[in-house]
Amino acid sequence: MAAIRDFTIDNKSLRKKSRPVILQPNFIIPVVILTLLVICAIFAPLLAPYNPTVNSLKDRLLPPFFAHGGSTAHFLGTDGFGRDILSRVIYGARISLSVSMLVILITASIGTIVGIFSGYIGGRWDSFLMRVTDVSLAFPAILIALLMAVILGPSFWTVVIAISLLGWAPYARLIRGETLRLRQADFVTQARIIGTSPLRIMGVHIFPNVVNPLIVLATMQVGLVILTEAALSYLGAGIPPPTASWGQMVSDGRNVIDTAWWISFFPGIAIGLVVLSGNFLGDWIRDKLDPRLRQL
Amino acid sequence: MADILLEGRDLVKHYPVTKGLLQRIVGWVRAVDGVSFTIERGKTMSLVGESGAGKTTTARAVLLQETLTSGSIIFEGTDITKWSMAQLKTGYRPRVQAVQQNPWSSMNPRMRIRDVIAEPLVVNTKQTKQQNRERVLELLDQVGIARENINRYPHEFSGGQRQRIAVARALALKPSLVVLDEPVSALDVSIRAQIMNLLKDLQVKHNLSYLVIAHNLATVRYMSHAVAIMYLGQIVEYGETEELFKNPLHPYTKALISASMLTLPEDEDQELKQIILTGEMPSPLNPPLGCRFHTRCSEAGNTCAEEVPELHTVGTQHWVKCHHYD
Amino acid sequence: MSELLLKVEDLQTAFFTRQGVIKAVDGVSFHVRDGETVGIVGESGCGKTVTGLSILRLLPEPAGRIIGGKIIFQGVNLVELSKNHMRAYRGKMISMILQDPMTSLNPVFPIGDQIAESVRLHQGLPDDMIQPEVISALRLLKIPAPEMRLNDYPFQLSGGMRQRVVGAIAMSCHPRLLIADEPTTALDATIQAQYIALFKDIQQKTNVGIIFITHDFGVVAKMCHRVCVMYAGKIVETAPTSVIFKAPRHPYTVALINSVPRLDRKDERLYSIEGQPPSMANLPPGCRFCPRCSAAQDICRKQQPPEVKISDDHSVSCWRIS
Repeated sequence: MAAIRDFTIDNKSLRKKSRPVILQPNFIIPVVILTLLVICAIFAPLLAPYNPTVNSLKDRLLPPFFAHGGSTAHFLGTDGFGRDILSRVIYGARISLSVSMLVILITASIGTIVGIFSGYIGGRWDSFLMRVTDVSLAFPAILIALLMAVILGPSFWTVVIAISLLGWAPYARLIRGETLRLRQADFVTQARIIGTSPLRIMGVHIFPNVVNPLIVLATMQVGLVILTEAALSYLGAGIPPPTASWGQMVSDGRNVIDTAWWISFFPGIAIGLVVLSGNFLGDWIRDKLDPRLRQL
Repeated sequence: MADILLEGRDLVKHYPVTKGLLQRIVGWVRAVDGVSFTIERGKTMSLVGESGAGKTTTARAVLLQETLTSGSIIFEGTDITKWSMAQLKTGYRPRVQAVQQNPWSSMNPRMRIRDVIAEPLVVNTKQTKQQNRERVLELLDQVGIARENINRYPHEFSGGQRQRIAVARALALKPSLVVLDEPVSALDVSIRAQIMNLLKDLQVKHNLSYLVIAHNLATVRYMSHAVAIMYLGQIVEYGETEELFKNPLHPYTKALISASMLTLPEDEDQELKQIILTGEMPSPLNPPLGCRFHTRCSEAGNTCAEEVPELHTVGTQHWVKCHHYD
Repeated sequence: MSELLLKVEDLQTAFFTRQGVIKAVDGVSFHVRDGETVGIVGESGCGKTVTGLSILRLLPEPAGRIIGGKIIFQGVNLVELSKNHMRAYRGKMISMILQDPMTSLNPVFPIGDQIAESVRLHQGLPDDMIQPEVISALRLLKIPAPEMRLNDYPFQLSGGMRQRVVGAIAMSCHPRLLIADEPTTALDATIQAQYIALFKDIQQKTNVGIIFITHDFGVVAKMCHRVCVMYAGKIVETAPTSVIFKAPRHPYTVALINSVPRLDRKDERLYSIEGQPPSMANLPPGCRFCPRCSAAQDICRKQQPPEVKISDDHSVSCWRIS
């Protein structure tokens, strides 16, 4: 609307008097949860009351402290091998965090490079790379990951490779779209007039301007990666026991879900909280960054 | 003898129109169809026309952003259309720079203006960071932006200020020719004069040549030494500014002037009557036969529909392409 | 003297944003008669578009609200009407044309349907009587072969044609007042000239009153009988067109007219106004043009000048005139 357009120009000079970032619930709650995740991951040995992999068969299947038969010795109860659930959830954060960070780093990098190159250079390269991307998007990620796990044998790196193999495709699609839009921008034309090389245009002009949607996508992907890792572990193709992984823990508890519900429940909650946090934070970031994007 | 910096000779740009799965060529958009002009050193030449006339395409060709279908660009006596990419990069590009129409999108929003202005230097020279910084400060002074703003981002400036920064960037490499595509039409009315005056001052100071693309005749009259009126891919009238405006010859020129003239209600009976053209500019896919303007011309005769008019000289520094001057 | 159609008295419109209250229109008064074109001229941010939207009560809610003043249309104060009541006026008695024809028209409907929608809504005619109205609206806007054009889509038309279709929708219900917000800005010069001539013709035929909002003085000269010059939310000068051009009194009007290049003479050096228009959230205490005015006096910095009537149809808000 023309009227509002007139005002955006003036408001830029005003100091923002909106509610400070700290108090916005869509930001603070996810950040707190994700910070907790990071703290758990880094300081697990200090935080966990017990060793997560040592069996203690005399303490098997103890319920959480608030249920009948439980005690504060094992806050969240124990599993079928007598291992403390709380400690395993804390240590499980390590797996979730490290897998998701690595996968996002790998997939975002590959996807962004493919996307920018494809979008800017265009022509046959674009066609070829986009067909590869389409194929990657068409394949069901879980099945491919399972296949990889079977071929390579379950391990930490298998999980990372398996999820990354197809995980770069959404980034490529998104970044290519953004690149196509930016390619028409006046400042890119200006760079060409000056004589800037395509490589420099891609790096200096295109890349900084795709960072915003990239961050949004990456944040949203945190949840997806953790879920995928959990699914792989649940299906037995993930990180092998006795390492504590949330997905594995959920799988462990599935046969006794009616009697020892806490074995699956608490790691399940952990997964849910982290996934939701990632999504909410991604939404918040996208909203925050969007108005400035409109200046283009 | 005029010192000619750049000459466009019979520039032609046709875009193919394809159809179907196999991309068969079914027609040609004749965006620029035989355009010739000269730009003198230190002077301003304006290309005027309405949308679809081909002026932006011509400007883009001069900036090497379009490959010409045929024709040559003679820069300081040499035909640069025969040059290699490497020769163009060192010998032509740094000498011919541009200022674009839209000050809100012509700058990378993620770059500080010191980097925006220094970009041409970084790309084309091997100067040190310190040397670049000094040049940037010097340029900021020249365009009237306070030095302490050097680290700000483009969105922190107003439209007029951003256009000044664009001018600073265009001057970084000390070009001989600056192509200005509607340099003031996106700006507020009271800011336009500031920018136009700035451009004129810089022209005198650095002996710059300008190629201005504009649709506003009043701006053109204020800024230019020579004017070319374009219609449907061709130049229909061309000449020294004052001569052309005092004595317009082509019917299209007369219509344009009438449309742009500030006529008050009681001035109806001035020499230049209200000339209202009928219809709209035909598509460059299918230009009319004969004189391209004849479909809208109130003075069209029989030859106009059949024969293409030649470019005739009328007086000094004044050419027109119209059968009425045969 | 023809009938008084619209009288705006001390209109005040504000936007309530997170950054504070911005008074886009701060005490604007003017009137329009039957068959008269009044131009509202100013630069971006001066409040001219908001004035137009206020009259039709089309402000974006809840941020934008009329907070004071009266808008008296044919004796009725539009500010006091209920929303439903106001809707009866919109499109039927008062119509609006916006700047960009591409976004004013719905790309997925043929133009015939879009005009028909307006007719159906406001005239309550039976179905078989709608098409003749649509065709007569197209004819009023001199669109050739209107019967053949009914099924055309907006993308099939040129910019000038689209703007005519927008005009046809606006005129289809025979409004008494038309508000045109920069309708010619996106058009080429010769198409603009056609369009202006067309609207003068329509005004002659239908006696519609027009409020013409623009920043282009050339268009103002050709189209308007009277002009209101706006700056930073206020009208600084109102006068008949020829007076504005030949004998402007407010320093802003004078400076603006002198900074526009003229085709009828060779300007040696254009006058350029120093500085920028003020931020509407941070207005100076006195006269709003004072920081940029070459003739500023002490009182200008402290107090806003009152509106002074220089003659019957010429008023200025400037301390130098009082």
